[in-house]
Amino acid sequence: MTNYIPVLIIIIFAFLIAALIVGASSILGHKISKKTKLDTYECGMKTIGPTRMKMNIRYYLTAMLFLIFDIEVMFLYPWALVTGNLGMFGFLEMLVFVIILLVGYVYVWKKGALEWE
Amino acid sequence: MLQEIPTSYCYLLSAIVFIIGAVGAITRKNAIVIFMSIELMLNSVNLVFISSGNAFASMDGSIFVFFVMTVAAVEAAVGLAIFVMLFRMKGTVNADEASLMKG
Amino acid sequence: MVVQIPEMDFGWIVPEIAMTVFAAVALLLTLFRKKNSTWLFVEAMPLVGAIVALYFTFQTWNGNIDIFNNLYTIDNFGVFFKGLSLVILILVTLLSYRYIDREDMARGEYYSLLMFGTLGMMIMVSSNNFITIFIGLEVMSISIYILAGLMGGNAKSVEASLKYFLLGAFATAFLLYGIALIYGTTGMLDIREIAGYVNSGNFMVTPTFMAGLALLIVGFGFKTASVPFHMWTPDVYEGAPTSITAYMATGVKAAAFAAFLRVLFTAFHPFLSGWTYMLWILAVATMTLGNITALKQDDVKRMLAYSSIAHAGYILIALTVGDRTLSSTVLYYLLVYSFMTIGAFAVVIILGRQGSPNTGIESYAGLAGRHPVIAAVMAVFLFSMAGIPPLAGFMGKFYVLTDAIRGGYYWLAIIGVLNSVVAAYYYLRVVMYMYFKEPEAEIGAPDVSIGSTLAIAISVVVVFYLGIFPRLFLMIAHTSSAIFM
Repeated sequence: MTNYIPVLIIIIFAFLIAALIVGASSILGHKISKKTKLDTYECGMKTIGPTRMKMNIRYYLTAMLFLIFDIEVMFLYPWALVTGNLGMFGFLEMLVFVIILLVGYVYVWKKGALEWE
Repeated sequence: MLQEIPTSYCYLLSAIVFIIGAVGAITRKNAIVIFMSIELMLNSVNLVFISSGNAFASMDGSIFVFFVMTVAAVEAAVGLAIFVMLFRMKGTVNADEASLMKG
Repeated sequence: MVVQIPEMDFGWIVPEIAMTVFAAVALLLTLFRKKNSTWLFVEAMPLVGAIVALYFTFQTWNGNIDIFNNLYTIDNFGVFFKGLSLVILILVTLLSYRYIDREDMARGEYYSLLMFGTLGMMIMVSSNNFITIFIGLEVMSISIYILAGLMGGNAKSVEASLKYFLLGAFATAFLLYGIALIYGTTGMLDIREIAGYVNSGNFMVTPTFMAGLALLIVGFGFKTASVPFHMWTPDVYEGAPTSITAYMATGVKAAAFAAFLRVLFTAFHPFLSGWTYMLWILAVATMTLGNITALKQDDVKRMLAYSSIAHAGYILIALTVGDRTLSSTVLYYLLVYSFMTIGAFAVVIILGRQGSPNTGIESYAGLAGRHPVIAAVMAVFLFSMAGIPPLAGFMGKFYVLTDAIRGGYYWLAIIGVLNSVVAAYYYLRVVMYMYFKEPEAEIGAPDVSIGSTLAIAISVVVVFYLGIFPRLFLMIAHTSSAIFM
């Protein structure tokens, strides 16, 4: 249990410092309360238009594609670490994996999902 | 050196996370939030796999986690596509609004 | 680090490789196809792929070998279900041709995903390792999430896709947590290793293990649409494109039951006696609720959805009896059930038209007068589902109920018989509408095509054949399930 004491100390310090900073700024700082301060982004400018913008659908599409092709790295990376030991089998298996991914990639490309108009 | 966290703690944490996810998936209305809850459940599964794989000193658990993560990503992609399709049609992603069929 | 490199056993998985290749080629052909050129090559892919895969699947009969470090198993049980899912793929493809034209769905993606879905089923039914079973299950499920929503402009189809996706993912999480807890207590993912460990002296039943088993049953219960995990079934079956409904009701259910059977009978057989009560309740609830709710359905597609829940109940009876020597009954029932269900949905498809599916029961009124052949085949499928001899459905139910009696589950058998009586009412109601009612509304000529005719013809022949000469396929089912002995 004694091993957790450093964690406890860090937690105590975290709380102390947070309390100190917030407390100090509320005691020492001067307060302004105006309408602009309650705005979504307090940068002195008046906000233009609704704050909830509709995103272009392409963002979602890109997110989906990113997700899929990002995951492939999860398999490639461990494979790359031991590829020397795996020999021909490992190489062939990964080739199959990459070819299947490539089919997906060609599909995405030809469907025009990679273009941003 | 910190002492190793007992596996049972991991199970407990994962059970708590799983239940939070399950309750969230049942009670929420927004389809995206429901899906996020389901992802939470999958993550609790990963926690069990990692911790027990560690306890048994076997790699199987970690390998399974790879596949769970892959499937979670694929489900997220398919799910997003379905939600976008739903949004185009109804203008909302509330799972409650999807009620054309009853009985 | 020493890495154990498996043998390159690619020869054993030629059917799976063929499915993957044909699915990928179908996708690529769609992409590089010139405008206004023929769809023939894309449309031929699932048929050719399924036939090639079937041929090579039969080559592996009696193979009995573990490959890829025991991650994949070729045994007769797997071959049986691989064959079944490939036959289902052929039938569904045949009845899809005209339907896809009519509903204007994305063709290349449709056939490609259909093949990937079948690939998932093939993987799922032929492994003794939880990792591979899970991957197969997900390949299958994810293909079908998309397929259910492929009728893009149709709100019902999108809704079906959403519901199937959310509840499917939810069920997956339960299944995975079950696997994780079992892994947590045993440290093994291979179900035969787990069986060995469980049967050895130094195993103690822990609450974690039992919770894992319970969650596993919940997860598979969702996939097989058993009560109380059936809520998604009617809506999804109603909203999805009808050809996909046929595919879900047969292929998905068969593959899910196959994996369920394999996991339960291999690894957890010592516990089956303890879990019999849970499965008993599951079976009775599934049958009764499915049948009673089906009674008040006025939509034939939805009625068939509830009837498919009820049929899952009969299969659960066979699981409850839980004798390894009797598991062939499950295989035979699934075989019979697949053909009659696909046949019935094929009739539903040809009666629909673009924009109006005509699935209401009033559309069937007076069908016998106008289209006697269609009415007759629909009657054959409905009689078979109701379990009237000499049709296949009767033999399926007969074997299930005999098993129950032989196993000493008299109450289960009685409830099963009572349920069959209830079920007969709503099946015969459709027959009555077809033969004894005057047509209320004009529904137009049925949309008959060569493909759907072929699919219906095959189903009718098989339903009669399995009903009159069940011996051959019963023997095959028996040999396939010999792995549990």
